[in-house]
Amino acid sequence: MEEMNKDIILPESEVGDEQQYLTFIMSGEEYGVDILAVQEIRGWEEPTLIPNAPSYIRGVINLRGTIVPIMDLRLRFGLSEADYTATTVVIILKFDSDNGERVMGIVVDAVSDVYTIADEETRRPPELTEDDNSDFIKGLVNVNEKMVILLDVAELLMLRMEMSDANYSVDKD
Amino acid sequence: MSVDLSQFHQVFFEESFEGLDVMESELLDMDPSDVDDETVNNIFRAAHSIKGGAGTFGFMPVSEFTHVVETLLDEIRAGKRSMEPRYVDLFLQSVDCLRGMLSDMQDGNEPETERPAELRTEFETILGMAQEEQPTEDASAGGKDAGWIIDVKPHTDLLMTGNEPFRMFRELQELVGEGNLEVLANTDDIPELTSLNPEDCTIHWRLTVTAATPVEEIKAIFEWVEDECDLTYTPLAGDSANAEAAASSDDAASSGDAALVAPVADAGAAESTAPAASAVQSEASPADKPVKAAKAPKASKKTAESSSIRVSIDKVDSLINMVGELVITQSMLGQLGQDFDLSRLAKLQEGLSQLEQNTRELQESVMKIRMMPISFAFSRFPRLVRDLGGQLGKKVLLETIGEQTELDKTVMEKINDPLVHLVRNSMDHGLETTEDRIAAGKSEEGTITLNAYHQGGNIVIEVADDGAGLNEDRILKKAIEKGLVPENNSLTPEEIHNLIFLPGFSTAEAVSDISGRGVGMDVVRRNIQALNGSIEVKSQRGVGSTFIIRLPLTLAILDGQLVRVCEETYIFPLVSIVESIQIHRSSLNHVTGSQYVMQLRDEYIPIVRLDEIFGLRDASDTVDEMMLVVVEGDNEKIGIVVDDLLGQQQVVIKSLEQNYQKVSGISGATILGDGTVALIIDISSIGKNIVPVKRKQPRSEKAA
Repeated sequence: MEEMNKDIILPESEVGDEQQYLTFIMSGEEYGVDILAVQEIRGWEEPTLIPNAPSYIRGVINLRGTIVPIMDLRLRFGLSEADYTATTVVIILKFDSDNGERVMGIVVDAVSDVYTIADEETRRPPELTEDDNSDFIKGLVNVNEKMVILLDVAELLMLRMEMSDANYSVDKD
Repeated sequence: MSVDLSQFHQVFFEESFEGLDVMESELLDMDPSDVDDETVNNIFRAAHSIKGGAGTFGFMPVSEFTHVVETLLDEIRAGKRSMEPRYVDLFLQSVDCLRGMLSDMQDGNEPETERPAELRTEFETILGMAQEEQPTEDASAGGKDAGWIIDVKPHTDLLMTGNEPFRMFRELQELVGEGNLEVLANTDDIPELTSLNPEDCTIHWRLTVTAATPVEEIKAIFEWVEDECDLTYTPLAGDSANAEAAASSDDAASSGDAALVAPVADAGAAESTAPAASAVQSEASPADKPVKAAKAPKASKKTAESSSIRVSIDKVDSLINMVGELVITQSMLGQLGQDFDLSRLAKLQEGLSQLEQNTRELQESVMKIRMMPISFAFSRFPRLVRDLGGQLGKKVLLETIGEQTELDKTVMEKINDPLVHLVRNSMDHGLETTEDRIAAGKSEEGTITLNAYHQGGNIVIEVADDGAGLNEDRILKKAIEKGLVPENNSLTPEEIHNLIFLPGFSTAEAVSDISGRGVGMDVVRRNIQALNGSIEVKSQRGVGSTFIIRLPLTLAILDGQLVRVCEETYIFPLVSIVESIQIHRSSLNHVTGSQYVMQLRDEYIPIVRLDEIFGLRDASDTVDEMMLVVVEGDNEKIGIVVDDLLGQQQVVIKSLEQNYQKVSGISGATILGDGTVALIIDISSIGKNIVPVKRKQPRSEKAA
């Protein structure tokens, strides 16, 4: 077991750093995003539809004068659709792209906790076949005997851009 | 003394570019045979400021080059020689050259040296000839080798005129280099302390320059005070050591009781001038120190590109006024809010409407700050037309109308290239050759007219020529050749004219340097459309053609018509709406599959159902009464079906692409009064969705 783990440990260069992750719950699973990418957490509000957008893009909202798209992570991950309730939250994430900083909101069931996780504790996800969603999974980590799925924010939100072009491929590592 | 001058570099560059613009436009306006003194003075002043600034900031290549330009200008100004057309050309080339050098330096690069050197030689040849014509002061020969003694005897009111001798001495020191300047103050004429008027300048100076320097350059420094000072220039004989000895002994002789060096003069109470002299003295003393201060930062630092605009003080004042009013309204509302009951509702409403007015006014004046007269864009054309006319051998007169029309700076920057393209096109293809013009019975000189005016919320820019007009037969032939239109078509002349905007269309028989390089009118149109504008062409054979550009005044705000489709609110740019009518479903006719057309008076217009193309409603849902908004985009009328018309309002355009991506049919988003987002319809791309079924393009593919 010990040996096996060593094989899939992340590259040397990333070892030794610690990062804080904000975690949230969706369909009973716990997911984590780099806390530095989190701009704020808001309640759900009805967004304005964007015509001909993928189903998981719920629309855009006005965030103090900025137009921010809202992505339903459940739909993005192919989970069953859930009703939006008073406890549904939107996590506003920011990340750097080629065109400067982008801001985007993701709809999740509930916010859970903040963990400090050392990079070396992170395990790579097993290679999944033909699953689009593995690309933006940064790693898996065990916290209190429970698995937390760490998400790569930039990859998660950029990926959408490619998909909307309908020539999306899964070959990328 | 070590002020970081680099912080002023940006200002210097901006001012210099402005100065160059002034020089250029004055040169172009000038008639060499009849030169107005004021014109030459303006050009001279601009050149002089650039030289001075460049010298101050240590941009020696620029200041040296400007110097020769200035010397020739000075001679013309002084009436020593008259302006000739070749000088004008040379000056114009120098303006270009300087512009290039300055922008090189602005980017943090070393300016090019080849071109200035060439031009400098030309100037020197001209200037050299002059020296033969008029007897050279024998003085200058000596001065070139050894140096100069300059006696500066200011009139007592020198300081009152705002001149500061210290500045001139410092400039002189920069010119000759540290250690090569000695300043001696003669305090003989300083009166007793009791009768001393501190505003009078009673000190005289003797400056000893121990470096070989042309006297013109020294004179240029004292140019501003020529009338307020008695200046004598004496060449220094022999080497510098002798010179210094000579100078000091001379001094001792002339001012009996001892030549006082500057620090002593300080004690002598002429407060403002003496420390100045002492500063020069003390600075000059650590001789032979490498001149480093000015040069080091230039090489290392890349100038941050920050564009700025000049705003007239009126605009700023009105802005301050508005903010003042806003503050008053705010405090009134604040007070009202502290203890509010229903009896004061009327007061609250009044306050709110005042707030609304304040906000609107404030918004308008803030927008005005970005507005600049279009003369900024037009100003480059006289030069362009002049140069191109020479190149093409055509006589062209440029007329500009409405130069004071204001538009947004961003729009102006982006409209520049299309305008240049259009003017080039008009000159190359539009105007006939001089012979053809004479043969056609027209005046020899062709005219290009640039006209700008406001129309509604738009600015209209017309580029007109009185040339041959578009050749419909040739355009049509070319279009058929290129497969852009079918052979047996029935295009109206206007439609033929608009073919020139199609990609890949160029009628130029020979690809010339000036136009016809493949990037054609389609690029122009695309650029203009990117600005939410439109372009059309009107042409008449033998009379000329006119390109009409319509642009929104600003990219930030749009007059919008709010419409409702299902539960969603969308915004149409008001400018593109032709009319809105109520229709019944039965008046729509199917053409192919899902495509509708409708007969509107005597034409058929294609119909787009917003609910369908945006996927808002199930196809099975039928609505009988609907609103049809007829819009015009790309010179093509389209009817867009919506559920209802709501109000009209100005909306602030927000980017959808910043955080999302381009959405077909949508040009942006805005925030409505209730804080929700509404999307703005992009008329031209909505139009594109239905391009394949345009009635006059039989080769069309089926609508997707």
